[in-house]
Amino acid sequence: MMPIFKSARLAKSTRLATILVALAGLGLAGCDDNGGDPRKEIGANPMLPALQQYLLPPIHIAKPVAWGDDTPKVPQGLQVRALATGFQHPRSLYVLPNGDVLVIESNGPKPPIFRPKDIITGWVQWFAGAKAKDANRITLLRDTNGDGIPEVRTVFLDHLNSPFGVALVGNDLYVANTDAIVRYPYQDGETTITDPGTKLTDLPGGPIDHHWTKPLLASPDASKLYVGIGSNSNITENGIGAEYERAAIWEVDRATGAHRIYASGLRNPTGLQWEPVTGKLWAVASERDEIGPDLVPDYLTSVRDGGFYGWPYSYYGEHLDPRVQPQRPDLVAKAIVPDYALSSHVAPLGLAMYTGIELPESYRGGAFVGEHGSWDRTPLNGYKVIFVPFSGGKPSGPAQDVVTGFLDANDHARGRPVGLAIDRSGALLIADDVGDTVWQVFAAHQTTSEKTAD
Amino acid sequence: MQQITMTETTLRSDAGSRSPVKADRRAFHEMLTPFPVAYFTGAFVTDLAYWQSANVMWERFSVWLIVAGLIAAIFVALAGLIDLVGSKQKPAWLHASAYVFAVLLSVINVFVHSRDAYTAVVPTGLTLSGLVFVVLLAATSAGWAFTSPHRVGADK
Repeated sequence: MMPIFKSARLAKSTRLATILVALAGLGLAGCDDNGGDPRKEIGANPMLPALQQYLLPPIHIAKPVAWGDDTPKVPQGLQVRALATGFQHPRSLYVLPNGDVLVIESNGPKPPIFRPKDIITGWVQWFAGAKAKDANRITLLRDTNGDGIPEVRTVFLDHLNSPFGVALVGNDLYVANTDAIVRYPYQDGETTITDPGTKLTDLPGGPIDHHWTKPLLASPDASKLYVGIGSNSNITENGIGAEYERAAIWEVDRATGAHRIYASGLRNPTGLQWEPVTGKLWAVASERDEIGPDLVPDYLTSVRDGGFYGWPYSYYGEHLDPRVQPQRPDLVAKAIVPDYALSSHVAPLGLAMYTGIELPESYRGGAFVGEHGSWDRTPLNGYKVIFVPFSGGKPSGPAQDVVTGFLDANDHARGRPVGLAIDRSGALLIADDVGDTVWQVFAAHQTTSEKTAD
Repeated sequence: MQQITMTETTLRSDAGSRSPVKADRRAFHEMLTPFPVAYFTGAFVTDLAYWQSANVMWERFSVWLIVAGLIAAIFVALAGLIDLVGSKQKPAWLHASAYVFAVLLSVINVFVHSRDAYTAVVPTGLTLSGLVFVVLLAATSAGWAFTSPHRVGADK
């Protein structure tokens, strides 16, 4: 009698516990709202909803699957093909004056574990295929017979340290590793560089190195280098001290290696480009996470000398972020609203101002943006290359999808676009760091054999 | 059945008197219950330090302390089950529920503390840590054990 009584009581308490756990689970799941139509947040005046703070951050990543024989999709008038495949996490691209294409194969350094959350984040990234081994090298592709397909493939530079940006000035080839800019002597036609290189300047690198990519752009007069330095956290969770000279674009003197902060408050500025009409510096930047599926829109913007763009204290001007304390009202008051929102969590990591003539006329003078794709938003956003038309040196219309199909019908990622470049023939090149491929987009009127024009 | 009879006999014999037999029958989980209490209390203290200093080191202490407390709470629950099922002890419902409530609040708290920067602690995380501290004070006010040896004639 006694044991029966006991077990009945125990069963009752187990049931109670089950209900409690279920209720707790419901409360957590209930915080996961779906994002709205991204088109409402594209352009000069994005709709910014009220911010929300999660109990359980929404994680929605696209599981990687193989391309097989498939390719990305392009609209009528364009064609796409794989320029080369079998890379190891190709992250950015650079086209040398002789037409050789440099493929920067790189992945970030291993992040330290400060909080239990960092362990979970590591699992998530591994699941998303972002944990590929860091190849730390640059591969050179050369088309020798003019058919547009490279026959020569060599290791151009090896044993680098999470490289991203490349810039050639005369015979000086600069590579931006995650922790330093290194200069190498380069002669036209070289397919490999054996020189150990000379350090121009250190860059903010480890031990945290949250945003590790360092895009590079030389000034038109060849005297300066501009370097994008991403923040060391999502939103200062590693302390404001870890952000020293980060979330900024540096101007580095090419002769001395000395630097100054050209612009700041840009969380992760990438894709530095000169706008061809005005000659102004433009960049794409990824904004902060974990305050909602539709906050904060990533953006494309001109970058003013001395400009402050909000991070971490505010976004889109004076929208304060309550997660940052102490606040800096003096900086917030002068925060610049970016020019063109791209919608939230698309992760723009590549920018190419189109100055070629190969692609149809509608693309000339505008900007291609490589959107790596969201990991914390439902439904997924990004995972495509878009085109923003420009007129008079400013964006002049809604963004158009140009290269899509990186996600399959089940929302699995066959690839993720990252760095962009325009090759010598004027075709658009796309680094795909999940499909480990470099894609080439060219005008449809040409057949492969005709692509020898230049 | 025979075993139960024996148990009841033993109990009956020591009811009302403090004999060494009772010491043998102390709850197994009792030696583990202080661990989550110490961890969660520590998290409250480091939350206060973060609130005052905004130094992220304290926030990191807090979240690890809460995780450690939750892991320790799993062992308390297992030991408690052994006491209830294995030794057929009687749960002290009021205090045990308060303790469980504090652990459930801490589950919410670990998610709040996993937010980035200031709002990981102020105000929600700090409030939850303080609440957990108060609830645990109440839960453990009568001792570290949440079960007691069954006594015939006790309430049921």
